Amino acid sequence: MANQNILLNFDRNGANHTLENYLKRKGYSTLSEKIPNMKPEQVLDEVKKSGIRGRGGAGFPAGIKWSFLPKDSDKPVYLICNGDEGEPGTFKDRVILEENPHMLIEGMILAAYAINAKHCYIYIRGEYGFALQRVQQAVDEAYRAGYLGKKLTGANYSCDITVHKGAGAYVVGDETGLMNSIEGKKGQTRNKPPFPAVEGLYQCPTIINNVETLASVPWIIDHGGAAYHSIGTEKSSGTKLLSISGHVRKPGVYEVDLGYPFMDFLNKDCGGVIGNRKLKAVIPGGSSTPVLRPEDCEKITIDYESIAEAGSSLGSGAILIIAEGSCMVKTLEVLTHFYHHESCGQCTPCREGTGWLHKIVKRIEAGQGKMEDLDLLTSITKHIAFHTICPLGDAACGPVDSFVKKFKDEFIEHIKTGGCPFGGKFVRFQERV
Amino acid sequence: MEFNETEKKKIAHLRTRYPDSRSLTLPLMWMIQKRKGFVSDEAVALIATELELPKIWVEEVRSWYSMFSEKQTGKYVLEVCNNISCALMGSQEIIDHICSVLKIKVGETTADGMFTLKTAECLGSCGTAPMMQVGDRYYELLTEEKVDQILEDLKNNTQPEQKPQQWPEYK
Ligand SMILES: Cc1cc2nc3c(=O)[nH]c(=O)nc-3n(C[C@H](O)[C@H](O)[C@H](O)COP(=O)(O)O)c2cc1C
Ligand code: FES
Repeated sequence: MANQNILLNFDRNGANHTLENYLKRKGYSTLSEKIPNMKPEQVLDEVKKSGIRGRGGAGFPAGIKWSFLPKDSDKPVYLICNGDEGEPGTFKDRVILEENPHMLIEGMILAAYAINAKHCYIYIRGEYGFALQRVQQAVDEAYRAGYLGKKLTGANYSCDITVHKGAGAYVVGDETGLMNSIEGKKGQTRNKPPFPAVEGLYQCPTIINNVETLASVPWIIDHGGAAYHSIGTEKSSGTKLLSISGHVRKPGVYEVDLGYPFMDFLNKDCGGVIGNRKLKAVIPGGSSTPVLRPEDCEKITIDYESIAEAGSSLGSGAILIIAEGSCMVKTLEVLTHFYHHESCGQCTPCREGTGWLHKIVKRIEAGQGKMEDLDLLTSITKHIAFHTICPLGDAACGPVDSFVKKFKDEFIEHIKTGGCPFGGKFVRFQERV
Repeated sequence: MEFNETEKKKIAHLRTRYPDSRSLTLPLMWMIQKRKGFVSDEAVALIATELELPKIWVEEVRSWYSMFSEKQTGKYVLEVCNNISCALMGSQEIIDHICSVLKIKVGETTADGMFTLKTAECLGSCGTAPMMQVGDRYYELLTEEKVDQILEDLKNNTQPEQKPQQWPEYK
């Protein structure tokens, strides 16, 4: 099966970020050729038909989300692009921001037209200095060429985009945290309801989507929702950017048609596990998604349904490969440290619980664990998950529960022998380069 | 402490981009951190006055976000990612190496004020792990030898041109 290049439709050695290059790839032609003959509802309809699901992690259908906007509100509508990309293992939005920013901008203009938003924000994590620079350049170019601003080239509406720089906080990737951050507050999350579509940024109706979701819109409108829907599987349409890292021979960002067999992807496209080692574990959708054992991965295809059936989630499409010889307790120690560090401090179960999780895993890794610790870990996760405002707490629990369940022997070995069988650190495989 | 003329122009422009001036808190803090290297109490007061906000609102932004520093740091802050993909690819060895070369621990600054070493959570460069960030530059696919060269270059105030995410040459 040949995978399509919808988002990565450029040569990675060129100056793909420029307007000139994007125009050569027929960029902005959807805006100038299709939009004059389409009503906003028709644009929304095509996105609905495409079935595209949000690429930020939750996988909610974009068209359906857009249709939640109240019809009778006289407040302005805002569109936000979520470029916070903080989920460990994920680096796919960065490719679009750095190398294909005009496709994102065109997608945002089309989305803004569909939902009647006049002002859009692109929120990019503060660490992405280069992406921020490239996106700002692209926005400036688009203004100069009349694709942004009052009365757009080829279309009879106006649209503004402002680039907003984050300042380092994973939880700001959550949609309501991000809105607080644009408002100049701490990026703590808000209780829902009200949902952002009703009351979001500045208490106005707001649609927020991931970079990849919005960058797919030009293709969808250009070729039609049905054409997009025909790619991939029934419930997971289109292509997906995957960022694969860890113990894999050719890490990187790939675009595949959803439904692509996982083992083909790993072994054929990505060259297999580093140094021909045996596969030990896979985290299929970013650090928050439950870990899988090799036998769970044999039959899975890369789409929302298949990975869910295997007990995990496609999440943000960040695949982490762990080779035989790596310590799973140490791996979990790194992950629990992360969630504890990033807990925003609002909800007691998450603020305190993530700290406990880290402390316990750390002591097991150090050889000071007790057998009761295993039950303790799963009992703590029960008290965190679904007891917090935002899903960061749940995200911290997925890895803990799955690691303990799927690699229980290894945890027990640490406890029984009073030490780490792998010497308390990661083996460094250098066969890749 | 005051905003300079260029900054004032930028602020006037920013005010047109947000319906509520409180939204300028992060942009103004970035502006000051870019110029001074950190956000002092005086800077917090300046932003609060400029935006007519209670000082505590500005202060909590400074302390809540990990990228703003309250104190002077080394000229170059080395932030080595120690999250999952980087850890699997040997970030701890890179950190240990920097510690031994610069004779500092994580969190410390060299005596000459040149380097501060920190660890960071995932910086979105996992495919090119291990990696570190120095200012707005990413240094990817690190090895001990590469780190030595980078430190040498930084001492001479040279940073390479910014490039998109780099990929290893696959064999
Ligand atoms: C703790 C946390 C972190 C998140 N980080 C991101 C992120 O970095 N990027 C992103 O697009 N969505 C992130 N999300 C999901 C967003 O809340 C939101 O669902 C998404 O931006 C919606 O866009 P989509 O429907 O196009 O996926 C995060 C959610 C949570 C709870
Ligand atoms: S884990 Fe280090 S950059 Fe993602």
